[in-house]
Amino acid sequence: MTSEPSIPKSLAKAPTGISGFDDVTFGGLPVGRPSLICGSAGCGKTLFAATFLVNGAIQYGEPGVFMSFEERAEDLAANVASLGYDLDGLVADGKLAIDHVRVERSEIEETGEYDLEGLFIRLGYAVDTIGAKRVVLDTIETLFSGLTDASILRAELRRLFGWLKDRGLTTVITGERGDGALTRQGLEEYVSDCVILLDNRVEDQVTTRRLRVVKYRGSAHGTNEYPFLIDEDGISVLPVTSADLDYDVSNDVVATGIEGLDAMLGSGGFFRGSSVLISGVAGTGKTTVSSYIVDATCARGERVMSFVFEESGAQICRNASSVGLDLKHHVESGLLRFEAARPTLYGLETHLARMHRDIEQFRPSLVVIDPISALHGPATELQSTILRMVDMLKGRGITAVFTSLRTDGGFDERGDLGLSSLMDAWIKLLGVEANGERTRTLYVIKARGMSHSNQVREFQMSAAGVKLVEAYVGPAGVLTGTARVVQEAQEQAEFLRRGQESERRKRDVIRRRQAIELQIAELRASLEVAEEEEAILLSEDEIRETLLATERRAITQRRSAAE
Amino acid sequence: MNADDHPDPNVDGPRYVLRLFVVGMTPRSRRAIENLRRICDGPLAGCVDLETVDIHQQPHLAELYQVVAAPTLLRLEPLPHRRLIGDLSDEARVLRGLGLAPVSGRVNDDR
Repeated sequence: MTSEPSIPKSLAKAPTGISGFDDVTFGGLPVGRPSLICGSAGCGKTLFAATFLVNGAIQYGEPGVFMSFEERAEDLAANVASLGYDLDGLVADGKLAIDHVRVERSEIEETGEYDLEGLFIRLGYAVDTIGAKRVVLDTIETLFSGLTDASILRAELRRLFGWLKDRGLTTVITGERGDGALTRQGLEEYVSDCVILLDNRVEDQVTTRRLRVVKYRGSAHGTNEYPFLIDEDGISVLPVTSADLDYDVSNDVVATGIEGLDAMLGSGGFFRGSSVLISGVAGTGKTTVSSYIVDATCARGERVMSFVFEESGAQICRNASSVGLDLKHHVESGLLRFEAARPTLYGLETHLARMHRDIEQFRPSLVVIDPISALHGPATELQSTILRMVDMLKGRGITAVFTSLRTDGGFDERGDLGLSSLMDAWIKLLGVEANGERTRTLYVIKARGMSHSNQVREFQMSAAGVKLVEAYVGPAGVLTGTARVVQEAQEQAEFLRRGQESERRKRDVIRRRQAIELQIAELRASLEVAEEEEAILLSEDEIRETLLATERRAITQRRSAAE
Repeated sequence: MNADDHPDPNVDGPRYVLRLFVVGMTPRSRRAIENLRRICDGPLAGCVDLETVDIHQQPHLAELYQVVAAPTLLRLEPLPHRRLIGDLSDEARVLRGLGLAPVSGRVNDDR
């Protein structure tokens, strides 16, 4: 992105090689023009200027002249050696020239008219000697304290800047910040193409370095204040205002390494590139859960970066070994890197900038921030910082695990800004106190884009590892820990008792049935007797009847014979 | 330009080693040279080593001798170094700058 389309030719830019700065200015400083870098003492002007020259000489093949009005060449070389710059080597290679201009008022007597042609000749000579394309004047305002005639100086500086422009030299001029103006001597009046303001602000006893492009004639530029860092890796500016939500999403699922937890999540883990919040008060096992996720990720051969604010990396490794995780060998194999810092060491912006840089370098696939609630600051700043942090991680497709001491998903102890709404998944760890003991329980509050269990699990940690146990859910409510065990024992006893009772009843029934069957047998026996008797009686009757009939016939015969 | 013509008169006094840096033969450079010659022929007669350098011709000397303004007159000896900038038209300041001011009366007489 350069200037508006109506302007046919965009302004040529000289890259500074300072990561982030070239993004903010869409390419760097204007080629062939002077740029003013101003700021108060100790805000990094000289280092910025030195970085501009060193990167120009090494990366872009543009030799440079460093004209120092404050530091001697050897002091300068020693100072920037801490950033890994070898000025002496560059000078020896003819890629850099350093000229220390010393103007000591006590040694100087002004005896009449003069100009600064000596300075022009020195600069011109140095530029011609190495074929320089870049020039740094650090800090030219020192001349005003060495020479008394300000009107001559102003005229000469104006001429100098014009001369630099005519020679097409990309120049960085540093200036100390003055009262109510950008520089003490109003250099911004002369250098009107590009003005960069560096700032080193202290808030709550924490300093944050910030950079702002005040003016950039003929070019679009980021207008915000950007935090920047100076450390052993040089200067890095962090453009952190990308508010787009257009990152790629992944359907790839990464397992957490805790079997029970994976089972609670419909897809068997979290989506790659999602942000996961693990919240819970002290001692509920947040770090342990995150250690599991770290271990699982490293075991897949992916890199993990862990920013820890309350413990050292070694301590986390040791603690993880108590649940059977060996994080140490991941550290040794280079897959896991801890970045431990006290939260109060830097301001929020600096923390963010550091993370940004470390992540750029290490390119992890998982980032752990433990705990996010340790970061302090004004609530709005905190929210924007974390928002940008989440943005930055999502934009790179990095899975992020945040732990938080706040159980309700807020940022810190006071604010009510929702951290949880920024998160794609939220695991809540709760300590349940009952019957004189505490047990840990785990809920999955949300997991965007996947079904998940709504039930509570009891979360057990032991040397054998972490285990999720289904909690007892009965008429008396959810029971965990010993209460669950007691309840289970009670149920077992009850079950046994019920079994015995039914056995007894069964036996009863059998007995009664046997008794009845006995009775039936007896009755059947007497029935048989009765039947026999009946048969006998019947046959006797028949015989009698036959006899009677026979007798009657005999009598009849006898009577008829007698007639 | 050497003002080494009169080695005798001030043998006891300190020896002055001066170097004048100018840029080209501009009117200002000429003025400075003339003003300096007057002083060398006057108060400093016989005890001065003067060399005039056109840093336009020898730019590397500008860095070596920390020249910023032009013209610049450098007193290399006696130590400590003194640096006078400008066209040397203010003679009182020039003499003070060279460490010659305490010599009573003569400064005013010469003017």
